[in-house]
Amino acid sequence: MRMELIQPFINAADAVFSESLQAPTKIVDLTMDENIYRRKGVAALISIKGDIEGRVILDLAPEVAMRVAGHLAGSPLPESEQVIRETVCELANMVIGNSVTLLNDQGFRFKVFPPEIHMSEEGLGGSADTEAMVLCVETPCGQVYLNIAMHYLHRRRREQTAVPALD
Amino acid sequence: MQQFSPLLRRDQQPVRYLVVDDSVFARKNLIKMIELFGGEVAGEAGDGLTAIAEYNRSTPDIVLMDITMPQMEGIEAVERIVRQHADARIVMVSSVGYQENILAALQKGAKHFVQKPVKPEVLYEILRYVLGDDPNGVAAPVALAGEHQL
Repeated sequence: MRMELIQPFINAADAVFSESLQAPTKIVDLTMDENIYRRKGVAALISIKGDIEGRVILDLAPEVAMRVAGHLAGSPLPESEQVIRETVCELANMVIGNSVTLLNDQGFRFKVFPPEIHMSEEGLGGSADTEAMVLCVETPCGQVYLNIAMHYLHRRRREQTAVPALD
Repeated sequence: MQQFSPLLRRDQQPVRYLVVDDSVFARKNLIKMIELFGGEVAGEAGDGLTAIAEYNRSTPDIVLMDITMPQMEGIEAVERIVRQHADARIVMVSSVGYQENILAALQKGAKHFVQKPVKPEVLYEILRYVLGDDPNGVAAPVALAGEHQL
């Protein structure tokens, strides 16, 4: 896992939440995780394919999503599954949009797929060898979790095709 | 909450906006800012095709247009609107702010670009700039008591 690929996502998440909610936020509980991701609330999974590949999961409790939606709309909104989905989707789009802007300006080219929303009881799929950076953003509306797994495609291909030298 | 001097047309009427975004939630956020700037919502659309129809119906002073949307993306909608209405004033609003996207939108006729999350003070300045060269354009905002003029 290369930090230069992860850092833009952390910076973008911090900026998006502090600017959207117009209040300071704090990144806490930064850890590496190789286990299958266990969702905590409503999660948006966004896949990236190209020079760099991987996925980002943005995960928050439904009540946190409603508080964010109310803040952005200017007044509390009646709770509904659609508002929760839309909020999580829009937050994920903003975080990913800001991160890929930074990476794109560094010369990386890739395709970003639309967010998949997961609300059901099952955990999110992931292979056992997926090493991910997991972090929590503390916001005035509650905690938001990010799970980021990203790697260079060309490096991975080279590693996979490397043949040990024979004496 | 931050206060802004109202942006008005030269005829002293509120500036009318068409808000285009596939997320209802993002539209609500932009509408909140429009109201903060003394504007009026002429219409809303959730995709590029509807945006074209809404533009023809409501002939707004300004369009706030998302880029990534279903059915027809924002950049294509800009091209089609500007083809029919050369004087259309469209500001792109997107979370993806890399140069290819911005250039493509400007080449198709958009007037400006603002990255999400949108800061009210940034959008306000962009709207003043974009309305500035409009013959119906923006009247010099008058600072009201207790307000600051940006």
